[in-house]
Amino acid sequence: MNDNMAKNETEFCAETSPILSVKNLHKYFGKLEVLKGIDIDIQKGDVVAVIGPSGCGKSTFLRCLNRLEEPTSGRIEFKGETVFKKERNEWKKEWKTLLTKKGTTEYDENAVKEAELSYKELRKKEKATEKYVQKHINQHRQKIGMVFQQFNLFPHLTILQNITLAPVQLKLKTKEEAEKIAMELLKRIGLEDKANVYPSTLSGGQKQRIAIIRALAMEPDVMLFDEPTSALDPEMVGEVLNLMTELANEGMTMVVVTHEMGFAKEVANRVIFIDNGVIKEENSPKEFFENPKDERLKDFLSKVLM
Amino acid sequence: MNSLFDNFGEKLYECFIEHDMWRLYLTGLRNTVIIAIGACLIGLIIGIIVACIRIAPKKNPIIKILDGICRFYITIIRGTPVVLQLFISYFGFLMFLRYVDFFGIKQTDAIFVAIITFGVNSGAYMAEIMRGSINAIDQGQMEAGRSLGLSWAKTFVKIILPQTLKSAIPTMFNEFITLIKETSVAGYVGILDLTKIQSYVTFQTTELFTPLLIIAAIYLTLVLILQQIQKFIERRLARSER
Ligand SMILES: Nc1ncnc2c1ncn2[C@@H]1O[C@H](COP(=O)(O)OP(=O)(O)OP(=O)(O)O)[C@@H](O)[C@H]1O
Ligand SMILES: [Mg+2]
Repeated sequence: MNDNMAKNETEFCAETSPILSVKNLHKYFGKLEVLKGIDIDIQKGDVVAVIGPSGCGKSTFLRCLNRLEEPTSGRIEFKGETVFKKERNEWKKEWKTLLTKKGTTEYDENAVKEAELSYKELRKKEKATEKYVQKHINQHRQKIGMVFQQFNLFPHLTILQNITLAPVQLKLKTKEEAEKIAMELLKRIGLEDKANVYPSTLSGGQKQRIAIIRALAMEPDVMLFDEPTSALDPEMVGEVLNLMTELANEGMTMVVVTHEMGFAKEVANRVIFIDNGVIKEENSPKEFFENPKDERLKDFLSKVLM
Repeated sequence: MNSLFDNFGEKLYECFIEHDMWRLYLTGLRNTVIIAIGACLIGLIIGIIVACIRIAPKKNPIIKILDGICRFYITIIRGTPVVLQLFISYFGFLMFLRYVDFFGIKQTDAIFVAIITFGVNSGAYMAEIMRGSINAIDQGQMEAGRSLGLSWAKTFVKIILPQTLKSAIPTMFNEFITLIKETSVAGYVGILDLTKIQSYVTFQTTELFTPLLIIAAIYLTLVLILQQIQKFIERRLARSER
């Protein structure tokens, strides 16, 4: 009885603790604030489609998740471990506003001291955290696969070497093991005959599918896709989307920035709309497309769906 | 002007064949090639190291300091004539050995000084060539490597550097060809390089113009051969990605 309860409890926990958790994420490029406080929890098995107008910060958001882009403030956790944490700015602001009251009757020296102290303490803590994160960020990235719009295959390596490079270099697998897995993955996408050719000989669709299995070879817990079909000729979009659909059906957790509304509708279980640096709307695909609430989203959908 | 080419065949014989004069040119050519190859190798090593430091993310203070040193080095080398650099290291070397006599230095020592000097000199140019081709590589390559969990250094060595070398090799070969011609100033510090041979031949034959022409022809032949090799390498590099 007790055992059962304990088991239930851990299962419950496993189900609710998110794979990726983002809190109040901000990103500035110089003075330009691109992300203005993004909050989202991504659970195991989620397929999240991210849509929004060009330049709204979709790529920036995605790239912050594995810290290819350096966020300005907020918190990101991956499987409960900190990937980014910098929340001291708020405290600094409070301290500074308290300080500006100097000379007025509202000025409270103790409150200022306290705010300053807690800000400085937090800063110390966060710097220590950052040091720790820097040591482990490469390990996190191994488990966060990423697929780019421009494929980014390594042109000087063969397809097989492209796939096995990271697992072998990181000593996760022996060369033989890695090659065996790579060949299985290649077989799966029907490109095993391309193992020993260079990327420049492949079509765009083939390149992107290789890029996907290159990420898969790391056995990631979540995969990030940044407009994976935008650079493809129309006739090649299908093969890449099919592979992504397969992954989704197998339970892969995915975050997909995309212009493919069909994919968002059919494959994703959550769709989010980013506009002006915040998540304006999030819903199940059915509600999202049939019953949009945000005005900007309605406008956006009317333009892209037609 | 006509008189220069009068009896040209005879003069050619006198300045190249007679008394085994061609041996002199051969010695000069050997010294020139030794200096150029040695300097090129040193330049290559310096170039790679300096380019890596200049391109590395400036996170810790040690890299920042090294970067400062590298920038200083490149500025100085590119901002002063190579002849002057040669003089400075030559006389620096003399002072170091406490030689009193200008010509007291041994030929091998002088060549050694020249190799180091031209090597350090071409290192600055090689570094800039390398840096250029590193910067020309798509940012996405580094990002793809990092996204797989590879460290900056691993990504650089396994992904960026091989591509860089590939695109930089033809340009570096140009640098080598330039270097061969540049070493012609080595005679200023008493090295018997190909250009310097002229004064010896002139001394023995009283001919001025003919040895100069012969030497020019040797340089030209050498450069043309190297350009053929360069073309061959370029073709091979282009083919290896097909
Ligand atoms: N490295 C950078 N430096 C300065 N500004 C940048 C940088 N990267 C992106 N931006 C700016 O940030 C904003 C958001 O860019 P981002 O690439 O995230 O948009 P996006 O939603 O992915 O757009 P798209 O649909 O065109 O890919 C844009 O205005 C862009 O100009
Ligand atoms: Mg984008």
